[in-house]
Amino acid sequence: MVPIKPAVSVQYSGKATVVTFTNEKILEEKDIRTLQDSIMPVIEQSEQINLVLDFQNVKFLSSAVLGLLLRISKKVYERDGQLRLCNINRKIFEIFRITRLNKIFDIFDDLESAMAGF
Amino acid sequence: MLSKTPKGTSIVLKSRFSAVEAVCKRILTALEAENYSKDDVFAVHLGLEEAFLNAVKHGNKCKPDKKVIVNYSISPKRVEISVTDEGKGFNPHNVPDPREGDNIFKIGGRGLFLIRAFMDKVKFNNTGNSIAMVKYNSNDLQGHCGSKAKKNHE
Repeated sequence: MVPIKPAVSVQYSGKATVVTFTNEKILEEKDIRTLQDSIMPVIEQSEQINLVLDFQNVKFLSSAVLGLLLRISKKVYERDGQLRLCNINRKIFEIFRITRLNKIFDIFDDLESAMAGF
Repeated sequence: MLSKTPKGTSIVLKSRFSAVEAVCKRILTALEAENYSKDDVFAVHLGLEEAFLNAVKHGNKCKPDKKVIVNYSISPKRVEISVTDEGKGFNPHNVPDPREGDNIFKIGGRGLFLIRAFMDKVKFNNTGNSIAMVKYNSNDLQGHCGSKAKKNHE
């Protein structure tokens, strides 16, 4: 049997919960659903979560991922938490910039700076 | 000029999201072989994926019996791709700007906007069920100033 690779890894570090996307490409509805099913329970498990989404492995994503991020953001802020994104490569950041979502999300260069101040 | 149907390779694909993977890989590999820049390759990848996802989801309404046709032609100067679904089509001028007002908080509606931003030319047929896209090779020395300059001049 081929081992199933989890779509995210979750680490609890100090006051932050760091969710790292493990796949290089996040494209279709199936990927989005898997991520949503993995991340939403993490948010629901903690009060006022300080969530960092780490894109260090992600080299390509579709616009559907932006929708997922907005759903995650809504969930986090409904529960008085904070959401930060980090390690977004230049080309993917361009997607955020063009859609102006870089104004909506708190985006940090790296994990260390994203975790600072929680 | 953006030709109505790019001459070159034509492939009929099943209307499911993963069906574009192989042809996408083939096109991107060909672009790398033609010395297109990494940014050009990323743009074409994005344009093709978004156009195909739109065709499956919005055009063919996720019906598995439908097909999507991908035509493409690649030259050292430009790549031209069209994606055609079996849907009724839509008016691309009626798609709202996803950056405006409350649209920015909407879950969807960014695919076409990103295609237009990353590709150099985008055109629909009259029915609205076929999108044709062009990306110029920004490494093409004869283009002098790259794709953005061409985009502005044509």
